[in-house]
Amino acid sequence: MRQVTITLNGESRSCLVKPNETLLDVLRDKLGVKSPKCGCDHGDCGSCAVLLNGKSVRSCLIFAIECEGMEIRTLEGVSGDKLSALQEAFIEFNSFQCGYCAPGVIITATELLETNPHPSLDEIKEALSGNLCRCTGYTPIFDAIMAVTKKEDE
Amino acid sequence: MPVTHDFEYRRPQTLDEMLGLLSDYQDGAVILAGGTDLALELKEDLRRPDLVIDIKGLAEFKRIEVIDGTLQIGALVTFSDLLASELIKSQFYPLWESAASVASVGIRNRATMVGNICSAVPCMDSAPVLMCYDAQIALTSKAGEKIVPIAEWFIAPRKTLRKADELVAGIRIPIIAIEHAGVFVKLGRYKGEDLAQANLAILMSADLEYRICFGSVAPVPVRAVPIEEFLRGKKPEVNVLDQAAAMVETLISPITDVRASREYRMHICKVMLKRGLAVTHERLAGKNAEHLFILGG
Repeated sequence: MRQVTITLNGESRSCLVKPNETLLDVLRDKLGVKSPKCGCDHGDCGSCAVLLNGKSVRSCLIFAIECEGMEIRTLEGVSGDKLSALQEAFIEFNSFQCGYCAPGVIITATELLETNPHPSLDEIKEALSGNLCRCTGYTPIFDAIMAVTKKEDE
Repeated sequence: MPVTHDFEYRRPQTLDEMLGLLSDYQDGAVILAGGTDLALELKEDLRRPDLVIDIKGLAEFKRIEVIDGTLQIGALVTFSDLLASELIKSQFYPLWESAASVASVGIRNRATMVGNICSAVPCMDSAPVLMCYDAQIALTSKAGEKIVPIAEWFIAPRKTLRKADELVAGIRIPIIAIEHAGVFVKLGRYKGEDLAQANLAILMSADLEYRICFGSVAPVPVRAVPIEEFLRGKKPEVNVLDQAAAMVETLISPITDVRASREYRMHICKVMLKRGLAVTHERLAGKNAEHLFILGG
């Protein structure tokens, strides 16, 4: 076991990990952050996405021990005291049904809007191509993101 | 799926320390950069290393630069780094195009091009373009540095010339002096995380020299030398394209698997070659031709 210290949603957190424990398992089981979900566990579905030093990554394909000293943001850190504009839009557009993919989608869309505040529909589709949703057919997800980019214009 | 096998983890801060560990542990060590392939192999128990050496502490491998007419891509350069590089986009467009086709942003933020050619899975997207550029693999070990032409690098699916005590420091691409254009063509079932059912890179110079490489349709990437020789000096007109496409069958050896049949891959490779040559020709003439991501199967 080795002590790992990360900045998780703005707070410094430490825990003991074995080298073979994934970031996803450590976040969920040792640090109590439950928004990243285990979907495919193979890096294909995007439901475990978190922001590592500001970039979206698959937490199921990263070992927690690799993250020493790094900054990790999960959905819990995106919303803070109130929901983000993006989350409000997802509610308004009824973008999710079962919600299992939602944390990963919101993380990926947050990264997109932070790097490219006014993406085209094609850019949104490309950015979210690694986030699988089996409920919605994606249309209400894309609509919500488009609405946020337009709101910022006003 | 937790990783059941226990291993040691080290993150060396210097190259000397890194090479010392590799030399001490040999086959017992695996090198970790982005880890998008390695984590899966560990989860599926395909590898049982004693030691995982994380090279992300070695900042010198993070660079994309041109030195003495050679583009150098370090071992820690991710696909996202390549996509963000104006140098790559403006001067090595087919390379940029292939990087853009790899998985999705959450993978590209971690996965490295060097890792892609070290994993050497036949459907890798980096190899065809690198084969066309006659890239060189820069290896380093305690014994010294070594350069291997990429044409010799791949020896079988998931097998390369890398020896247990060697680290791939980077990829070197000699800059082509003459005016040229190129394309990367990928066949997938959908955009996003899908692997290539077949892929293809083409470079064409203003004096009508061609370089063509197929991927994912043989155990290792295939430079289509007979087609390159046939095309030399010719413009890609319809009858020329048809004759070139007819030569594809003798060069590649696709398999049937869960993603496509042998027959389909064989057929579509001819289509990809024809479309790819046409687009390359347009790009050489300065036209802004579309990406060739073919959805099928």
